[in-house]
Amino acid sequence: MANHALFRPQMTGPQPVAGEKIKRQDSPLLNASDGVFADRVFAWAILACAVIVLAILVLIVWQLVSRSQLSWHAFGWKFFWGQDWDPVNDHYGALPFVYGTLVSSLLALIIAIPLAVGVGVFTTEMCPRWLRGPLSFTTELLAAIPSVIYGLWAIFVLVPILRSYVQPFLAKTLGWTGLFEGPPYGIGMLAAGIILAIMIIPIISSITREVLAVVPQHQREAALALGATRWEMIRIGVLRNARAGIVGGIILGLGRALGETMAVTMVIGNRPEIAKSLFAPGYTMASVLANEFSEAAGDLYLSALIEIGLALFLVTIIVNALARFLVWSVTRGQPARARA
Amino acid sequence: MGVGIRVENLNAWYGKTQALQDINLNVQANHATALIGPSGCGKSTFIRCLNRMHETTPEARVEGKVKIGEHDAYDGTSATKLRRRIGMVFQKPNPFPTMSIYENVAAGLKLNGYHDRKHLDEVVEKSLVSSALWEEVKDSIHKKSGASLSGGQQQRLCIARALAVEPEVLLMDEPCSALDPISTGKIEELIFELKAQYTIVIVTHNMQQAARVAEYTGFFLLGRLIEYGKTEKIFTNPSDKRTEDYITGRFG
Repeated sequence: MANHALFRPQMTGPQPVAGEKIKRQDSPLLNASDGVFADRVFAWAILACAVIVLAILVLIVWQLVSRSQLSWHAFGWKFFWGQDWDPVNDHYGALPFVYGTLVSSLLALIIAIPLAVGVGVFTTEMCPRWLRGPLSFTTELLAAIPSVIYGLWAIFVLVPILRSYVQPFLAKTLGWTGLFEGPPYGIGMLAAGIILAIMIIPIISSITREVLAVVPQHQREAALALGATRWEMIRIGVLRNARAGIVGGIILGLGRALGETMAVTMVIGNRPEIAKSLFAPGYTMASVLANEFSEAAGDLYLSALIEIGLALFLVTIIVNALARFLVWSVTRGQPARARA
Repeated sequence: MGVGIRVENLNAWYGKTQALQDINLNVQANHATALIGPSGCGKSTFIRCLNRMHETTPEARVEGKVKIGEHDAYDGTSATKLRRRIGMVFQKPNPFPTMSIYENVAAGLKLNGYHDRKHLDEVVEKSLVSSALWEEVKDSIHKKSGASLSGGQQQRLCIARALAVEPEVLLMDEPCSALDPISTGKIEELIFELKAQYTIVIVTHNMQQAARVAEYTGFFLLGRLIEYGKTEKIFTNPSDKRTEDYITGRFG
């Protein structure tokens, strides 16, 4: 389009300034060492770090495998399916412990995931600004409490509440499912699951909060401009984009739940039996190791305990691998930046 | 069909900073209106006031009257309802990366409660056709994610997403500033075709673009609407000295 109404102002660029001439000098950095040697040392040093980590892992596996040989030769695969744990007659089966570990961790996840994700969403999306700092600080403080303190708290506070209020209520309303029957001891699988849930909430919620915070603002605006309500915006513009990261946080929480020893040992009841009811006492792999290792008399007993250690190691690896596969399958085909 | 927009005495603030001062403007239905001006002059804030996106910014505030057709935007009813009648395309293409192309386009309809598969199929195809993307993606609308497209395709996908709910007004906030010249050309052609059916308000830094696509142009400066009128007049014979200075490149 023509602009006839206008004239161009005269504009001149920068002009040379008269004065002292600048002398050219060699850069002092040209004489410095080129750092090739230091670079090489650094490369070897970090390689050593990486190798050491791998070596430790291999050593642990080797130790577990070699020291559980006795039990392996005595029971074979039946060790993992056997339900008897009888040190008196030297007969060992690990299924109750595997079951206890998996069920208590699963229970913990079922309770913790909605709570933790809810806390994460609230702190990033809805919380007034002044409350954000204190709230995330206190949630993270939960992670800093030693697990024996959790155990004590569970024994003195949680268990009595479960026994006198929660379990009778559950038995009355959901008793027909078979999951909530039998005498309400307080102590048992349910207590272990709840205490584990409280312990993993800070992990999952802090990771959720962090992945939600890096979801780009334009995703929220895209959803809002389409006429999304706040909840719909959070669902399609925020949670969907962050789900891989949230699953990652859940995996970390699960890892903690599987290996947690002290608090669980204090409230699970320590009875090596498989019961359908969540009120019944149970046992986990980590707890049996903590309880019985120091008093294991006899080589086969010790060897069986070490094989349980190996089983715990394997279960953790399998669960982690499954979870990683899950993350991979939801993020497949997405560009890296969407992976929060 | 598009509807006109009437803006009366619009003021907007970010906290204590006033971003818009007494804007009065009538946008013609089924035409493209371009808003130009230097960075920070309030033109983006202005179109964000039209669909009430401005108030989603913390501490942002609006006063004044905005009428979208016969409907008063700030009459106390929900912003959600209003936004469903107004499509918006942003500066940076922002398809939902975890959704397929199809799901991206259908997102607005699903929010509105349409779940009938056949109906969705039809609307998705129609929207992709009108955003001139259909031919390029028709074989992979379910397979490819919205983020796997090129920048220009992503922006057309965002236009399709906005069109799918059949809005009365289409707001575009510098839709081409992140795109190369060829993609820009495609989007401009698209705007040209779309304005037969939609009222389009486009913010742009590119004055040639304003001249190419819009019948009306408004010039913003420091939160005020300095001049508004036919594009031809603004660019050839502006009545305000500041407009003249800006379009000749003397500042901004």
